[in-house]
Amino acid sequence: MPGRVITITSGKGGVGKTTTTANIAVGLALLGQRVVAVDTDIGLRNLDLVLGLDNRIVYDLVDVVEGRCRLRQAIVKDRHLPELALLPAAQTRDKSAVTAAQMCALCGELRQEFDYIMLDSPAGIESGFHNALAPADQVVIVTTPDVSAVRDADRAIGFIEANEKGPARLVVNRIKPEMVRRGEMLTIEDVLELLAIDLVGIVPEDESVVVSTNRGSPAALDRKSQAGQAFRNIAKRLHGEEVPFMAIKPSETLLGRLVRLVR
Amino acid sequence: MGFLDALLRPRQPTSRAIAKERLQLVLVHDRVQLSPQTLQDLKDELIETISRYVDIDRDAVEISLSQNRRESRLVADIPLTRAKRGRSER
Repeated sequence: MPGRVITITSGKGGVGKTTTTANIAVGLALLGQRVVAVDTDIGLRNLDLVLGLDNRIVYDLVDVVEGRCRLRQAIVKDRHLPELALLPAAQTRDKSAVTAAQMCALCGELRQEFDYIMLDSPAGIESGFHNALAPADQVVIVTTPDVSAVRDADRAIGFIEANEKGPARLVVNRIKPEMVRRGEMLTIEDVLELLAIDLVGIVPEDESVVVSTNRGSPAALDRKSQAGQAFRNIAKRLHGEEVPFMAIKPSETLLGRLVRLVR
Repeated sequence: MGFLDALLRPRQPTSRAIAKERLQLVLVHDRVQLSPQTLQDLKDELIETISRYVDIDRDAVEISLSQNRRESRLVADIPLTRAKRGRSER
């Protein structure tokens, strides 16, 4: 059976697309699926760094498209997780180096070798975004509970629907339960009501994500990380499993708990 | 008294509620790519056109955008005034 192409996009930059792509890819690989994570952000390569595969790149996506190497030569396999591979972006070119048709042809080849092809889209709604959208079987939108991220996500969803790539599924990233409790942050329900698409995951703000990104070992590999658990759950849902959404509780300090008891 | 005041004064809306309300408004216009000014122009022209055929209560005309899931709808509520007698004979 040919593999499925899942495109991760957001509209706004900096909401955690690359982190989400890396962690869902790891989550699917942990389920025994053959996964390739593809960095389509040409000129701004980063997925390699988050996956910890940056020092093993020889060729990149543009080399493949322009025929300087075979696809297999450009794919970097993860040594610790043999089901996981990376197709890196070119760092010295720009978005115009690849067309939507070339991206579809590339994914056609990857479908023969892998169960899941995870496309990390660039931010924005320009050509790079459209190229990443073109081959998608499923689109995942990442947003944070901020006004600008939600607004840009809505624009991206509009394009996805106009291109008949919907319905997209939503990941709400970096929820801060303590701020939600105080009424100082949009809730999951608010974001879902505003964007009117289905939820596939809720990821709490979690310092372990920063730590694991620093190390180049995605949080999904960390059994103790709450965000890692959330990302593994998203991978399971995308793979078709029913997984209940976990209740996100503020990680309370002793002082915070005392203050709450007194109030 | 200060204490009672604090109790009786309506609570400030939370920043969450404000964010949601602002987004609801901005998304409606983003989705149809119709700014509030364009919508006003549309309303003015619509009033002009319709009043050439029937008498309407211009001040009570309401044109708004409504949303159901991701579907947008332009809703017009145009109250008619009683037809002027003899208009059709003129």
